[in-house]
Amino acid sequence: MDMQVAKKKLGLKERYAVMTRGLDWVPSYQKMEDIYPYMSYEGIKIHDWDKWEDPFRLTMDAYWKYQAEKERKLYAVLDAFNQNNGHLNVTDARYINTVKLFVSGISPLEYVAHRGFAHAGRQFPGAGPRVACLMQSLDEIRHAQTQVHAVANYNKYYNGMHDFHHAHDRVWFLSVPKSFFDDAITAGPFEFMVSIGFSFEYVLTNLLFVPFVSGAAYNGDMGTMTFGFSAQSDEARHMTLGLEVIKFILEQDPDNLPIVQRWIDKWTWRGYRVLTLVAMMMDYMLPKRTMSWKEAWEIYFEENGGALFKDLARYGITMPKCAEQIALEKDHLSHQAWSTFYNYAAAANFHTWVPDEDEMAWLSAKYPDSYDKYYRPRMEYWREQAAKGNRFYNKTLPMLCQTCQIPMVFTEPGDPTKICYREVDYKESKYHFCSDHCKAIFEHEPEKYVQAWLPVHQIYQGNCFPEGTDPTVEGFDPLAAVLDYYHFESGRDNLDFEGSEDQKNFDAWRGMATKNV
Amino acid sequence: MSTVFIALQTNEDTRPIVEAIVQDNPDAIVNEAPAMVKIDADGKLVIRRETIEELIGRSYDLQELQINLITMSGNLDQTDDEMTLYWNA
Amino acid sequence: MHIDLRTVTIKPLRHTFDNIARRLGADKPATRYQEGTLDMQQTANFHYRPTWDPDHQIYDASRTAIKMADWYAFKDPRQFYYGAYTMARAKQQDTAEANFDFVENRNLADTLPADVRATVLELLVPLRHVAWGSNMNNASICAYSYGTAFSQPGIYQAMDQLGIAQYLTRVGLLLGGVESLEVAKTSWMEGDAWQGLRRYVEDCMVIKDPVELFVAQNVALDGLLYPLVYETIVDDVLSAKGGTPVAMLTQFMTDWFTETKRWTDATMKTAAAESDENKAILAKWVIQWRDRAAAALLPVARIALNERTDALVAEVVQQFDARLIKSGVPL
Repeated sequence: MDMQVAKKKLGLKERYAVMTRGLDWVPSYQKMEDIYPYMSYEGIKIHDWDKWEDPFRLTMDAYWKYQAEKERKLYAVLDAFNQNNGHLNVTDARYINTVKLFVSGISPLEYVAHRGFAHAGRQFPGAGPRVACLMQSLDEIRHAQTQVHAVANYNKYYNGMHDFHHAHDRVWFLSVPKSFFDDAITAGPFEFMVSIGFSFEYVLTNLLFVPFVSGAAYNGDMGTMTFGFSAQSDEARHMTLGLEVIKFILEQDPDNLPIVQRWIDKWTWRGYRVLTLVAMMMDYMLPKRTMSWKEAWEIYFEENGGALFKDLARYGITMPKCAEQIALEKDHLSHQAWSTFYNYAAAANFHTWVPDEDEMAWLSAKYPDSYDKYYRPRMEYWREQAAKGNRFYNKTLPMLCQTCQIPMVFTEPGDPTKICYREVDYKESKYHFCSDHCKAIFEHEPEKYVQAWLPVHQIYQGNCFPEGTDPTVEGFDPLAAVLDYYHFESGRDNLDFEGSEDQKNFDAWRGMATKNV
Repeated sequence: MSTVFIALQTNEDTRPIVEAIVQDNPDAIVNEAPAMVKIDADGKLVIRRETIEELIGRSYDLQELQINLITMSGNLDQTDDEMTLYWNA
Repeated sequence: MHIDLRTVTIKPLRHTFDNIARRLGADKPATRYQEGTLDMQQTANFHYRPTWDPDHQIYDASRTAIKMADWYAFKDPRQFYYGAYTMARAKQQDTAEANFDFVENRNLADTLPADVRATVLELLVPLRHVAWGSNMNNASICAYSYGTAFSQPGIYQAMDQLGIAQYLTRVGLLLGGVESLEVAKTSWMEGDAWQGLRRYVEDCMVIKDPVELFVAQNVALDGLLYPLVYETIVDDVLSAKGGTPVAMLTQFMTDWFTETKRWTDATMKTAAAESDENKAILAKWVIQWRDRAAAALLPVARIALNERTDALVAEVVQQFDARLIKSGVPL
């Protein structure tokens, strides 16, 4: 053997091929369908897994090297943030409520994504997508953990996030993001990839991260900004995976098109409904606004998503139909959402407030067709009432949509004065929906969606009180019992920002940091 | 053609990368924000290893971009020498 | 000189999250491992059953026969959360890279005696497929086990094994070029010496119980394979024949096994200490998979060990038993 002959240096693509798919083999001691049991029940047809194109070609050595560098940078910033009381540098204490919403609503989803991609990364018979999914699984536990680590410092000084894991599994509005990811991970592996890999990561993630993270930067929250940008750098890999998955499935068999189109329609809508929380955060919760929800939707969905769907047109994919309704809602979504939380502030783990005069002027300017006409009068009325000592807290429970689980507060497409109700009779029961799209999703898979753990139903059935509660005793206060079950401390975690412990502490601490007292 | 873009964190590492991108894609539009720089191009954007290497005076692996990458849009094709973002339509 | 660095001192309302404080028994500062691990997995009020496994919840402790009162009794002694994990691996990767560079730049591969080179190509390179199988099996462990304390190291182990498969690929490329990978794959698929091992790996891929899979893959197979191949064959037998450069190329695996067995041992110890039922189940699995793994490894070890095979494999099995007994598994 003459080893002096120069060994051919492999290019990135060839090298990556021997480092991944070259490792795989066709089993003979066990059957393919026993090793990969979930590959056919969704109806997707794959003929040749080798046609899969790997987007980023990272081998583990490079992965460890680059990711460790990101981690070192991130934790250096977090340490500095903690040592210097970085939380006192945020614009004002109202900002911290976005952090509460994020850690209880979004961070647990990163964890589900971690487990979901481990599942998908085990189940695909193709070596290429399997490795890409497992790398994403590893990234997602990173995101879950760095978020918890970044928020840990806020938790030391502010209320509302002290038991966020417990809250995520129980609290009424947190069932919206939870059921979204439960829906994805309980779907088949292909649908999971389209739901999370494509619809969420590719189409919607920019709407979650870019506005949220630049919002954090704009409001002086260096810790959140750093984990956000650092996490987002992994997203570029994930987005590319999501896009490659779609192209791959569509190229494999023409029969896949209608299935994939239905999934895209479903998951764009499901994801958009979850982003309701982001919409109100952008328009109401950031003391310094970066851009309005409407502007973000126009840039990141209409413009960007438009380019994407134009590109996918050659496979026969069309823009999801729900985009039309979303366009009609974009002048209303955030206002309706904030109004809802203003109402239910007694049962939430963050504070709400009426926007001040400057903020209302900003909303009028950003929403010239809707804010002054429909929403400003309502908020001005609330402000007057609060000034008279009549801050209003709604203590009756709302009807929830069976699919997205958001209270039925959205209005008819094209008529912002009329609440939208839809219903379906299924096996002796009546089910309620916030929209035609949520109704259609239910009708396609009723056996799945009848299982939904709807918080309001559960409360009425007595399943959301601490163990040993007797609701029949004289003077029983159901809301107090539910808050106990949520582990919320009434008076500290909930109610209006005005007069809250967060507000008082922040003012006192900031005073210590900036004045000689 | 539709717009493709790449967004990078603003820092010392990315300054020459942005410069290289502008050199290789003269029609690209650079949007600077305090923490992020976003570069838009019509239909296609190419990032070339050699151009970056000339500017930084050392060898560069395009995978190093991962460290400072924030987000991107378009189909991706990566080789040892080039990273290309493009739309087909 | 005395520098008085002043920052504002304010008293925190609490030191950690409530779920951590409940587990620590007091509100005191927690480590990043604790905050990134404890109760990370959702436990209640799941909305839908998996369409791919309607008999179970999304996360379901009943996927395994092992029973734990609290799945967070498990603790990774390395305290790996993502940041600690990647930084540890990046450091090892630096060493590995330096070792590969050293061997490559000095053409040390060309100085290897012919029989050492042949043994490496025949024995080490097909093992990349075994590592790939472990990648899949640990993905299963991560996906289907219960509680982050148990599942989290699964993804790290899965990616480590992918890394090992890739290092072995580089060894093949360095010593024999791309063709050596093809030859090794043919051995793996058809060579008599490898069929027992391949059957073992494929049989693991259909194990549904994540803890049994942990035992079969991480405890039994790796517990015999790594001491036998890397500690005995590479570091001892081949080095004595002038194969030290090979030991440099596989240093990652040697160090890695020393580190990860602390985790597998701690995991076995915790599960066994929980109950006599667990002890009995674990012992049954360990014996069953140990015997199969030892038998499958014999013909593979023979490639390098010839007539010393039986004795050295028996020695490795003996050490393995001692390890497991120490962890409280009655063998």
